[in-house]
Amino acid sequence: MTQVTPVRCFSALLLVACLATPIVMSPGFVSVCVFVLIAAIGAQGVNVVTGYAGQLSFGHAFFLAIGAYTAGVLGGDHGLSALIWVPAAGIVAAVIGALIAPTAVRLRGLYLSIVTIALVLVGQYLFVNLDGLTGGAAGRSIPAFRIGTLDLSPGRELQVGPWQLGRDQLYYYVTLVLLVLVCLYVRNLGRSRVGRAMLAINEGELGAAVLGVNTTRVKVVAFALSAFFAGIAGALYGSYLSYVQPDQWSLILSVEYVAAVIIGGSATVFGPVLGAIVVFALPAVIEKLPFLHDTGVAPANVAAIIYAVVIIAVLLKMPRGLIGLVDTFTRRISTPNKLPPSAGDGGLPAEPPAVLAPRLGRSQHP
Amino acid sequence: MNTLLQALVSGLSIGSTYALVALGFSVVYRGSRVINFAQGAMVLAGAYLVSWLALDHGVPFIAAIVLAIAVVATGGMLFDATILRRLTAKDINSSVIITLALSIGLAAVIEICFGTTQRELGDPWGADTVSVGAVSLPASRVWGIGISILVAAAFVLLDRGTRFGLAMRASASDEEAALAVGVPVWRVRSLTWAIAGVLAVIGGVFLTAYPSSVTPTVSSAALAAFPALILGGLDSPSGALLGGVVIGIVQVLAGTYQPTWLGDNFDTVAPYAVMIVILLVRPYGLLGTRPAERI
Repeated sequence: MTQVTPVRCFSALLLVACLATPIVMSPGFVSVCVFVLIAAIGAQGVNVVTGYAGQLSFGHAFFLAIGAYTAGVLGGDHGLSALIWVPAAGIVAAVIGALIAPTAVRLRGLYLSIVTIALVLVGQYLFVNLDGLTGGAAGRSIPAFRIGTLDLSPGRELQVGPWQLGRDQLYYYVTLVLLVLVCLYVRNLGRSRVGRAMLAINEGELGAAVLGVNTTRVKVVAFALSAFFAGIAGALYGSYLSYVQPDQWSLILSVEYVAAVIIGGSATVFGPVLGAIVVFALPAVIEKLPFLHDTGVAPANVAAIIYAVVIIAVLLKMPRGLIGLVDTFTRRISTPNKLPPSAGDGGLPAEPPAVLAPRLGRSQHP
Repeated sequence: MNTLLQALVSGLSIGSTYALVALGFSVVYRGSRVINFAQGAMVLAGAYLVSWLALDHGVPFIAAIVLAIAVVATGGMLFDATILRRLTAKDINSSVIITLALSIGLAAVIEICFGTTQRELGDPWGADTVSVGAVSLPASRVWGIGISILVAAAFVLLDRGTRFGLAMRASASDEEAALAVGVPVWRVRSLTWAIAGVLAVIGGVFLTAYPSSVTPTVSSAALAAFPALILGGLDSPSGALLGGVVIGIVQVLAGTYQPTWLGDNFDTVAPYAVMIVILLVRPYGLLGTRPAERI
């Protein structure tokens, strides 16, 4: 039943590498990985609303913040277990998302994008002023992930077999498990009725409506699901940082999440994960480059330039995102003789030439 | 009463600058169906170029502005011609992300070149103020209102009174139909990016002249132009101008009269609150057109 194919071998290797990373790599590297894993969970949220349903929303930072503050209030102020505050963070964010969504889905295309930008800015204003919940501009602490005796507070360690696992390693495994669950969910969503309805809306809203899709309801579901994943990611992010301030939930954060999905490949299961690796590990990698310290250029700026160039290159050359490259690669190793060699075109076999004429067909009004 | 009058006049002066920035968005939107999220970075680039030329190289202020306009407008046209048009996935989302990428990259380049410390613009007005009765305004702001009116009038003349304006409106209304009747759609589109460059530099000058200064945060002024743009309707230049003035006045009024229970910085979100309310009533802005839909 299970054949040994190159792709399966490669996947197995990848799995082993994922599991072994915290044990063999340095704590600094593991810490970057934890941020990437958390970001990948959040990026799946953007994937649902922007990738599947095609609604470009920049409101993600707001829902991440809602998740983090829910974790702070429930886990910190009330001392509840992570078994409660992690799902609660998602649910609170989803409920707020579902409350805002009916207003937002009235708007199409770019109007929606700008209104979600407003959501982030209004959110930051609220987070500064609702200091009972958020600690105001100074910020507040978010509790460590704790379920019964599994305690991820700083300084705690857990002995598993021969391995002594510290805070970073434990966060790595917890977030890895959650990310796998989220990816499974997104995979199933893409094959479900509502997931297909989202893709239909992405293709053309009027067309979807004519085919009998209740577009308003499906878009509200997409918003709420997106907010749910953002809430969970925000709770984990806050908990891993252990302290959050309103400044963090900025528009730039939202843009990074959207960029991760676009770079990786929207409306795919692993694209957003790949994109999260590129976007959220890049500054840490660049900081390590030795020659930068001599020039005195801030690593964040270099990261920003590289990241801008990568986005432009991906959008110009690989419309399906980086996942397109992976697809081409896996297809090539699994069927080495059947696929004619193509010059790394990003995996779109029948890509039309980039003509310098306006696209014919459906016009693109907002 | 004097406070109110002062607030209205200040609001008008800030609003006229927002109007220019919003007009830049609107012109590009009509030409390319893209919200140019890099408009804020173009404003920033314009302000830094003027400051660098005028202060570090002793170029006369007007010449510095002209040079900066040449650079930013050319940059905008090149970005459109070499990158935006070659976008393979021609959906709205990709074009938004690509202009965001330009914005992020450009802001980083500017920060590497000039650092994060604030610098002066090198304008000739200095700290002069003009007073009429109880209302006083920095000289730069008075010039700002005047120049904005001139620029807006020039744009309206171009848009309504010339063949080029007609071509611009034709390609905005239906690109394919315009192409079919012989409108040089791509040249028109390049020129809309050039106009956006002109508006960005002029907007940048008045956003950073006294009492402000040239800092990286100026690009966030473009965020203030978003509500202006949406308020008026994305595809309506006159809406952008109207929206800019309204948003400027709303912002200053909110700053002047904000009650303490609203907390800090209510004036920064007031324009967005107004925008959201307007959108609830009119989803395509005050003067925007509701697109007809085809399958």
